[in-house]
Amino acid sequence: MIEIKNIYKSFGELDVIKDISIKFEQGKVNMIIGESGHGKTVLMKSIVGLHEIDKGEIFYDKDLFSVMDTDNRKEIRKKIGMLFQGSALFDSLSVIDNVKFPLNMLTEMSEEEKEERANFCLKRVNLINRNDLFPSEISGGMMKRVGIARAIALNPRYLFCDEPNSGLDPKTSIVIDNLIKEITQEFDITTIVISHDMNSVIEIGDNINFIFKGENHWSGGQEDILKTDDKEVESFVYASKFLQQKRD
Amino acid sequence: MFFYHVGRYFMLIGRSIGRPESFKVFRTALVNELYSIGINSLPIVAIISLFIGMVITIQTATAIDSPFVPDMLIGFTSRESMIKEFSTTIICLILTGKVGSSIASEIGTMRVTEQIDALEMMGINSANYLIMPKLIASVMIIPFLVVISMAIGILSGWVIGDVTGLCGSEDFIAGVKLDFNPTLHMGYAFLKAIFFAIAFSSIPAYFGYYVKGGAIEVGQAGTRSVVWTSIAILALNYILTQLILM
Repeated sequence: MIEIKNIYKSFGELDVIKDISIKFEQGKVNMIIGESGHGKTVLMKSIVGLHEIDKGEIFYDKDLFSVMDTDNRKEIRKKIGMLFQGSALFDSLSVIDNVKFPLNMLTEMSEEEKEERANFCLKRVNLINRNDLFPSEISGGMMKRVGIARAIALNPRYLFCDEPNSGLDPKTSIVIDNLIKEITQEFDITTIVISHDMNSVIEIGDNINFIFKGENHWSGGQEDILKTDDKEVESFVYASKFLQQKRD
Repeated sequence: MFFYHVGRYFMLIGRSIGRPESFKVFRTALVNELYSIGINSLPIVAIISLFIGMVITIQTATAIDSPFVPDMLIGFTSRESMIKEFSTTIICLILTGKVGSSIASEIGTMRVTEQIDALEMMGINSANYLIMPKLIASVMIIPFLVVISMAIGILSGWVIGDVTGLCGSEDFIAGVKLDFNPTLHMGYAFLKAIFFAIAFSSIPAYFGYYVKGGAIEVGQAGTRSVVWTSIAILALNYILTQLILM
């Protein structure tokens, strides 16, 4: 479980995050949604400590992450897996070496154990026979899957996904969404997904938080979001004419 | 603003120096950097030294064309110029353009594609992982490049002097040996080269590490890093020369 309490983040004069409090549940896919430029990515980067918050508290289970020093944060970060918007694979490493990277850096595993673990993770994301290819040689969907495989290599307790479907076709998006959902349930991890893709929200979102102008404007479940009469949420959910017609 | 960058630069270098997360990974990265910075730079170092050595001999010979000045001065000037200035300062300025801009672009691209964020998220000290192998490889390999440059420069000057008849072999070699103090000459050259190597690996790393934006900003960081590293090398050259030779 991850809990954030009354967090604020600004860049100079610009207040990006304003008094957000959310509890992200374990074994569930917790979604942060909202329009571009309203603070979703800043919120996620603040939760993982890539941005320092100005005020508030961030708990990883019972550990108060926001006041920890670098060494203690490092220990928490070893329990975090993160899938970046652009996958953030290391260009100079092959697919298997990307997945083995955290194992090489942070574990004392033997070469065989690392190979076995990396192959297990790649198999888990349905990526086989691509071990020796480089990131520039695989498709966007495959890169996301390698990113997920790398994120779960160290058996994380927390998984963060920043717009996992950006740049993917609808079919591949569903594959990635389902993968995130399955992994969350299978390994009982706390997953936080940032998205502005309503398909994803409906497919996998257990808990949904709508961020608007840097505030947590609305929270609820899959069913609630389709029925809400909140103006801002409604205009986001039913942004497309197709969905508006379906609703009407 | 200048002092802000200087302070942030030293903080980054401080963060990058320390025990590597994994010695095996560090060793592999170091070998790769030795190859990339050292072996890959050999051809350009050799070509530049070859031509500089020849030009120094011809320029010196034509400038002191007087019966009162001994020919051995051509060999002497060639040695002094190559060892004290060209094989260190000029070679390191050339390497700033070649190696420095590549370091800034590589690290800058990793920054804008979130690869550095990914390292930090794994609990890895990204500065240590990315910068330390480049810094150590540069310091390790630069004395070899400098010695190779000195040898090629002096040899090419000797050959061109003899072939063109501007300076006989015996006079040239006598000039090269004249007042040669290995500790002072080589010590001065190596010390300068080591400082320059630290500059041309760490300053571009700083510009790349803190780049913000996309491809255009990465390119600009590469250019800025070359300009500032060149200024730093020239300033260090003056300071070290003043301290050691005066």
